Amino acid sequence: MLYLLINSAEAAWLPVAATDLAKEVDQLIYFLLEISVLASILVIGGFVYFSIRFRRKSEADKPPAITHHYLLEFLWSFIPFVIFMFVFGWGWLVYDKMRDHPKNALEIHVYGQMWNWDFVYKNGRKSSRVLTVPVDKPVKLIMSSRDVIHSFFIPSFRIKQDVLPGSYTALSFTARKKGKFPVFCAEFCGAGHSSMLATVHVMGLREWEEWLVKDPYKGMSISQIGESVFQKSCTACHTATQEKRIGPGLAGLFGAKREFEKGGSLVVDENYIRESILNPSARVVKGYGNMMTPFAGLLQEEEMTGLIEYIKSLKIEQKDK
Amino acid sequence: MSVNYLNEKKGLTSWLFTLDHKRIGILYMITVFTFFLVGGVFALLMRLELFGAGETFIPASVYNQFMTFHGAIMVFMVIIPGIPAFLGNFFLPLQIGAKDVAFPRVNLLSWYCLIVGSIVALCSLFFNGVDTGWTFYTPYSIRTDNGTLWVVLGAFIMGFSSILTGLNFIVTVHTLRAKGMGFFQLPLFVWSLYSTAIIQVLATPVLAITLLLLSAERIMGIGIFDPKLGGDPVLFQHFFWFYSHPAVYIMILPAMGVISELITTFSRKTIFGYKAIAFSSVGIAAVSFFVWGHHMFVSGQSEWVGVLFSFLTMLVGVPTAIKVFNWVATMYQGSIKFDTPMLYANGFLFLFVIGGVTGIMLATLAFDVHVHDTYFVVAHFHYVMVGGTLMAITGGLYYWLPKMFGRMYNEFWGRISFFLIFVGFNVTFFPQFILGFMGMPRRYHDYVPAYEPLNQLSTFGSWMIGLGFVVVFFVVLQALFKGEKASSNPWGAVTLEWQTDSPPPHENFHKTPVVGKNPYEYS
Ligand code: HEC
Ligand code: HEM
Ligand SMILES: [Cu+2]
Ligand SMILES: [Cu+2]
Repeated sequence: MLYLLINSAEAAWLPVAATDLAKEVDQLIYFLLEISVLASILVIGGFVYFSIRFRRKSEADKPPAITHHYLLEFLWSFIPFVIFMFVFGWGWLVYDKMRDHPKNALEIHVYGQMWNWDFVYKNGRKSSRVLTVPVDKPVKLIMSSRDVIHSFFIPSFRIKQDVLPGSYTALSFTARKKGKFPVFCAEFCGAGHSSMLATVHVMGLREWEEWLVKDPYKGMSISQIGESVFQKSCTACHTATQEKRIGPGLAGLFGAKREFEKGGSLVVDENYIRESILNPSARVVKGYGNMMTPFAGLLQEEEMTGLIEYIKSLKIEQKDK
Repeated sequence: MSVNYLNEKKGLTSWLFTLDHKRIGILYMITVFTFFLVGGVFALLMRLELFGAGETFIPASVYNQFMTFHGAIMVFMVIIPGIPAFLGNFFLPLQIGAKDVAFPRVNLLSWYCLIVGSIVALCSLFFNGVDTGWTFYTPYSIRTDNGTLWVVLGAFIMGFSSILTGLNFIVTVHTLRAKGMGFFQLPLFVWSLYSTAIIQVLATPVLAITLLLLSAERIMGIGIFDPKLGGDPVLFQHFFWFYSHPAVYIMILPAMGVISELITTFSRKTIFGYKAIAFSSVGIAAVSFFVWGHHMFVSGQSEWVGVLFSFLTMLVGVPTAIKVFNWVATMYQGSIKFDTPMLYANGFLFLFVIGGVTGIMLATLAFDVHVHDTYFVVAHFHYVMVGGTLMAITGGLYYWLPKMFGRMYNEFWGRISFFLIFVGFNVTFFPQFILGFMGMPRRYHDYVPAYEPLNQLSTFGSWMIGLGFVVVFFVVLQALFKGEKASSNPWGAVTLEWQTDSPPPHENFHKTPVVGKNPYEYS
């Protein structure tokens, strides 16, 4: 899964700066690095030099008792203070720009949930794991979480913001480069944390507008629709084989017998699958935790039907010896 | 051998029920090093998993438990009790010329709190483990498996160990100083323990309350942190860091005290700026209560709050810088000898400077937004906690070993251990700064292939550190059983603990120690 992720993480240093703000952040980063290296060399160089210059030559050495030196002490308190205030001010200035949300920005809703990112555009178009935005246009992400805290981190834009359940946070940017940029979840959220990835796909305005109105399921059979939803929203926890992840593998599910954590059992039919997806905590499969996010309200009818048909079509592979 | 605290009574019960601060110090030493071994093994296993992209040998759910255990053990059971409860217990009374701490029974009780707390925490292993990270952020910690409750409860109990030790030290310093020893004749190690004790007593109860609230939320659903019940999950972060930021000073201040001792002793020179160092300890302790929000710049707290916390954090940088300059100035025109403890002290200086400057970087708002919760932060806090505190504990162990056990260690192997740990440390953690710039988030069980080479380097380094500590272990064993007899003052140091026998007798001093005007009077 992770191997599918894209070019721009390749840089062996700071990832490409794809917004103007990212370039400003880089200037700050470089300044901090330079002054830190300088300071470290001074201090480390100082004591290494002293260690050599003043090493013990005989047990009878009588070092002088130097207890203080007011001017020196004033200087080495005051100079760091001035430097600290300077970088504090600079950091604040750039931070302030990060928190500035342009009024004319294109708004996109972002939902985090274990372990997936969903995006909802103003015209109702939805996407998962790929955020599509036009180049050179200010974009504002209005973000919230469906379960625990996540954090939306786009290294190439040098921005990051926690995504909270129960309230909204926002993130704004204007992409200056076309291309695909990785997104990481940066707040620990459980077993799938490190695979909770997405991509920001920056494209030309025209191309983006076309993408926005395209019916993603055009020309697909009902079970193909199911498959594409499954690939986007379910593979963090399920496989289409019998292999277990966070949840059970779904191959051979239909018609099989299921036992539940709270006791009881049944033979899997369409109703059970539907319930498992919309309200998973109603009956938790034996041996698993109540980890699945309810999808009630998140799926359109054709997607729901598609998923059921797709899951029904998953057969146990006969090759298994 | 003459009668001393080690051989004065015999048998296991004489140790388990001892009221002698020195014996309790040794109990802590054994406990802390045992936990360090366990936490270290978890660390090595994690690094092994991170050797390659993709799942190497443990699945994410198990990795997350290792991560949590590693972090929680290292913080609550190694670094927090490490210097105060082990070295501090042993040497604070000796350095102020006292017979014991003010409340010997409370002292023993605090050790039992640590033991009971850690047993309770380990119970979680029977309940699907814990995978929240040592920070227990809500609402994840409310939803995840039941093991969490045990670790939270364990940390709660261990907190009392910390509070009791702190209380004991404050009273001891105020009431049991030898005749003629004013506050400005206290060794700097004592000053640092005193500042630490204040934080322990004031901050730890906040952790206790937070953990209780978290348990109540899990068990009864009181709806204070859980957004489903109308609670605020970010409130937990405020509570948590209100303790845990001061707690990082519980971890580093005592280390600074040890370094002050080592540098004067091995430079044979009085400390430069005694009062500046003493007051900066207290200053750091005070300001440390008002900087917790620097862990939350991207948590959704308001911009102004972020700005305020960034500013206050910069202020803590100043007294910290002052201390470093004072240590370097102490070496100026000294008579410096590089025995193993001094090597560790210099290792501390080197690594702590890097930990410190990266700390200032992180306090800079716009910089932090990019590297927050990435490997840059992991590197930063390991530079401070391992490069700083752990170097100080190890250096202090070598320095005081002759006093504690009356035996010298092997100098050659002592130095070898230093080089392995020092080089290994940099190989392990320096690449992580770069990984952080590249954007690799922390607490990742898996990563994109671009991050692989630096992760591999880091894993190689972790083996060197591991080897270094194996050497330390054998050096200590060798010293205990076969080491040369130590004189009462092998380093020519001047603080009071060196005026008594090695090892000291039961009540520390045969005759009342002589207190000089300046605790570091060398010439
Ligand atoms: C966060 C991880 C997670 C995600 C994402 C997730 N599930 Fe689940 N799922 C689980 C777990 C854990 C179980 C078993 C416990 C239970 O029954 O709730 C489960 C159970 C199920 C079951 C019942 C399986 C059985 O063996 O009885 C079905 C059907 C199912 N999920 C379908 C889906 C579909 C379809 C999606 C995507 C739309 C999805 N799940 C997304 C974790 C997840
Ligand atoms: C032997 C050397 C060590 C190695 C190789 C090591 C390695 C690691 C690794 C790989 C992580 C996970 C990082 C992440 O994904 O966030 C980690 C986290 C951590 N380490 Fe270490 N570590 C070492 C020593 C220590 C020591 C001595 C301490 C003592 C304070 C410590 C404290 C922590 C803490 C607090 C965390 C955070 C855990 C969390 O995120 O919940 N480590 N370490
Ligand atoms: Cu996450
Ligand atoms: Cu802090």
